[in-house]
Amino acid sequence: MTYSGFRVFTQGLTGNKGWTKAWRQPDPKTEYDIVIIGGGGHGLSTAYYLAKNHGLKNIAVLEKGYLGGGNVGRNTTIVRANYFLQGNSEFYSHSLKLWEGLESELNYNVMHSQRGLINLFHSDGQRDAFARRGNAMLAQGDDAELLDREGVRKILPYLDYDQARFPIYGGLYHRRGGSARHDAVAWGFARGADRRGVDLIQNCEVTGIDVANGKVTGVQTTRGPIRAKKVAMVAAGRSSQVAAMAGMRLPIESHILQAFVTEGLKPVIDHVISFGMGHFYISQSDKGGLVFGGDLDFYASYAARGNLPMVEHVMEAGMTLMPMIGRAKVLRSWGGIMDMSPDGSPIIDKTHIDGLFVNCGWNYGGFKAVPASGWCLAHLMATGEPHPVAAKFRLDRFRTGRNIMDEEGTGSQHNLH
Amino acid sequence: MRIPCPCCGDRDRREYTYYGAADFLDRPAEDAGLEAWDNYLHLRDNPAGVTRDLWYHDPCQSWVEVERNTVTHEVLSTRFVSAKAGASA
Repeated sequence: MTYSGFRVFTQGLTGNKGWTKAWRQPDPKTEYDIVIIGGGGHGLSTAYYLAKNHGLKNIAVLEKGYLGGGNVGRNTTIVRANYFLQGNSEFYSHSLKLWEGLESELNYNVMHSQRGLINLFHSDGQRDAFARRGNAMLAQGDDAELLDREGVRKILPYLDYDQARFPIYGGLYHRRGGSARHDAVAWGFARGADRRGVDLIQNCEVTGIDVANGKVTGVQTTRGPIRAKKVAMVAAGRSSQVAAMAGMRLPIESHILQAFVTEGLKPVIDHVISFGMGHFYISQSDKGGLVFGGDLDFYASYAARGNLPMVEHVMEAGMTLMPMIGRAKVLRSWGGIMDMSPDGSPIIDKTHIDGLFVNCGWNYGGFKAVPASGWCLAHLMATGEPHPVAAKFRLDRFRTGRNIMDEEGTGSQHNLH
Repeated sequence: MRIPCPCCGDRDRREYTYYGAADFLDRPAEDAGLEAWDNYLHLRDNPAGVTRDLWYHDPCQSWVEVERNTVTHEVLSTRFVSAKAGASA
């Protein structure tokens, strides 16, 4: 069923009785050409682009829970292309371009809203760093504008410009940045993949990866064994456990990143804003809730909930930047499980096992990467060659020391990101 | 989260600085080769369950090895890193 405004209108007049299921609930077959482990944003977009761009048919996505029940629904939904380093910048640039056409591509309203992203800076040194980042974004072909203090005040009059401790010097304005509806992205790719014949199999946990003579031959699951010619591990948040089934140790440490949402309020924050002197970024959802987050709790965890010290830090940073939000009531908080790689950049690569691919290490960048991550992994799986914009996301870059992509410039070590 | 320091007893998580997995205690020899160093610096078991990692307790300036559960945040045991023979962290 193709969705349209006209269909919403006619369904509204006829009691909404004509809607059909967005995807099938197939039982797993005993054999597929390609099996994707993980039915989150990245796994679903990989399946979609395998079918769409490469014309492949015999594909299954195996999800241990329900589609989109993991990290794709546990983030702050920010979409941007403001990376500095070669390797990252062309990838996220490609991803943002895919986002810009995603709704017509998928025939699905993912509520992508390019409301503009403003990264604030609070010192001369930060201004220089953001000017340099802005130049890198322009060189990549994306958009960036450096705003001075008055320029920021014009757009964001409600910030606290009087406080002396963290004065607002200006901001880097990325007009094409914004946000999207997280669940809808997963659902849109799921529906698109299903319509192209991909089997989406839920409640099907992979319990083993079969390898014979250095080549992957299939997977063991809670719903029986499934043979496959190619298998992709796309399970960020549980990457290490999945890879361990293939006898691999990944350069990944799992950490908690917390986020928060308030009660619904009238529209007040029209952009995505990040504070440069504390870990705090905020936007307002279409439902009215203020959605904001902070930094990692900074210790390895799979608990999907955080600890109070970081809650306190985020609230303090928010109050420092925009005291007007102090009366809003926080409704809930959650934690996403982040695949942290040593340099803070992701991995899309083959493994030492023939036919086994890995997509992991998304750090803070997983949500906005959903379209391009699937696009590039699909390209790698179908052609055997890395896609040009993801060619630097190598699994072995830490071992070889080549093409380390350390955006923060803090060093390529686990405890530094 | 509270972590019992072998010196000071139960202390708030904020008194500690996290360093990383206890893999850092098994530093290979300088000539151990690429794989051993890659293993030491980058590759991790990263278990969802019981793990051992290193925390620095700022008030008493001690390195503490903590055995804890990454799913429940339960702390199972702690000891001074210096209690481990050959430790170099």
